[in-house]
Amino acid sequence: MSSVLFDVPGPRARLRHRLYAVLGVAVLVALIAFVVYRFAESGQFDSQKWTWIQYEKVQIDLLDALLNTIKAFAAGAVLALLFGAIFAAGQLSDHKVIRVPSMVVVELFRAVPLVVLIFVFHYGVSLGAPFYSVVLGLTLYNGSVLAEVFRAGVLSLPRGQSEAAYAVGMRKTQVMNYVLLPQAVRAMLPAIISQLVVLLKDTALGFLITYEELLRYARYVGSIFEFGRPLVPVTIVVAAMYIAMCLLLTWLATYLEKRNRRDKKVIELAQKPAEDVVAAAV
Amino acid sequence: MDVLLDNLDLYGPGFLNTVELFLISAVGSLVLGTILAMLRVAPVPVMRAMGAAYVTIVRNTPLTLVFFFFAFAFPLLKIVDAETFGGSASGYYFTAALAALILYTAAFVCEVVRSGINTVPVGQAEASRALGLTFGQMLASVVLPQATRAVVPPMMSTMIALLKNTTIAAGFSVFQAGSISANLAERGENQLIGLLWVAAFFVVLVIPMTLLQRSLEKRWSIAR
Repeated sequence: MSSVLFDVPGPRARLRHRLYAVLGVAVLVALIAFVVYRFAESGQFDSQKWTWIQYEKVQIDLLDALLNTIKAFAAGAVLALLFGAIFAAGQLSDHKVIRVPSMVVVELFRAVPLVVLIFVFHYGVSLGAPFYSVVLGLTLYNGSVLAEVFRAGVLSLPRGQSEAAYAVGMRKTQVMNYVLLPQAVRAMLPAIISQLVVLLKDTALGFLITYEELLRYARYVGSIFEFGRPLVPVTIVVAAMYIAMCLLLTWLATYLEKRNRRDKKVIELAQKPAEDVVAAAV
Repeated sequence: MDVLLDNLDLYGPGFLNTVELFLISAVGSLVLGTILAMLRVAPVPVMRAMGAAYVTIVRNTPLTLVFFFFAFAFPLLKIVDAETFGGSASGYYFTAALAALILYTAAFVCEVVRSGINTVPVGQAEASRALGLTFGQMLASVVLPQATRAVVPPMMSTMIALLKNTTIAAGFSVFQAGSISANLAERGENQLIGLLWVAAFFVVLVIPMTLLQRSLEKRWSIAR
């Protein structure tokens, strides 16, 4: 394999690489051994700490908590996509009266930390059930980012696309709806989905305002004395659940990207403005 | 305005702590992220796999969960003594927040650096080797200048996100900008106005960074 930094290895380099590989494996094994040793030493492998999984009540409650997480995600995702579409259209408007306020709104909600936003709705405005604050916060923040993604997608299309559409005699709305948007959404699909992954991860912020989601339930089970306070095992299980859900979404993104690449109808963008939007999806 | 002026003793230290959290974890995550990126482009498959595994796991874990782990679960493993580590109980939470932020952000820094290196075509390195440049010369005058252009703008976005993410520490006993409102509530102040002030400060902090990032992006995208 040749990359910018490394030439194709010769015989001596190959030998050295083999040595590095052995060293790498050694470090990895040492790391895993240390973790296992610490787990065993601090009693995390005790059977008592894992009994909680066997209780039907715990299982059902855990699934309920998972359902709450998914509920917040689903509501947030739909609303954020809607919000993003509306404000992207606003930002691309020809009328300054619409364009400037939409830009200000998008910039504002992107600049404020999601935690502060959720706190404003929960403690500041007192929206009542934490669910609403979480969903509203997720909608406004991720919606603003998505608006930016949509906008970047439309702007990155070759100018010829809209020029041709206008030349054919389409109106502004038609150009947007029939020509620009379908192509932009396709080009931006990976960016959109990685933002949805961010949204899914951010539902965990509901923990801070006592929304009964996965993490909050983990805290509850993890503090039950009868199970030996199994905080570490519970954290591992919950983390695995989050990772599985996010990987599923990411997998969907790569699948769609692959299908897109097969599809000849997608325009190769000269530059990918989506890249830093994706990279910024923290 | 009164809420802000009467409670400057909360806002000052609060944002100071936020900036401190941000600066330390920015340096930490840049260092760790670059090391991870080196692992990910290394010519040794085992190292690449290690880097990829780290990035995949951490990128798909909510930051809140990482905080949760370090604040509540990590002390149970008794690897370090929570009391002596970081000086005191609250000191431990600060260190825990730093660890969470660094480990989480490093995965994103790694991806930015890696994709930046990948934007430089292999031909550039081959051409400089053909010219007889040494590895150091090639890195310093051919590869890095080009990679920087692709790395800096998205890296700034990552750092902006890091700054905003420090507020999650509010849920884990670290006093910083995110926890100002809870303290205001104890003093019986209006939380909404207090929170709006916090939001306003973040807007003031973040918008200039965003503008700088955009202008750099625009300038460098033409030069590339």
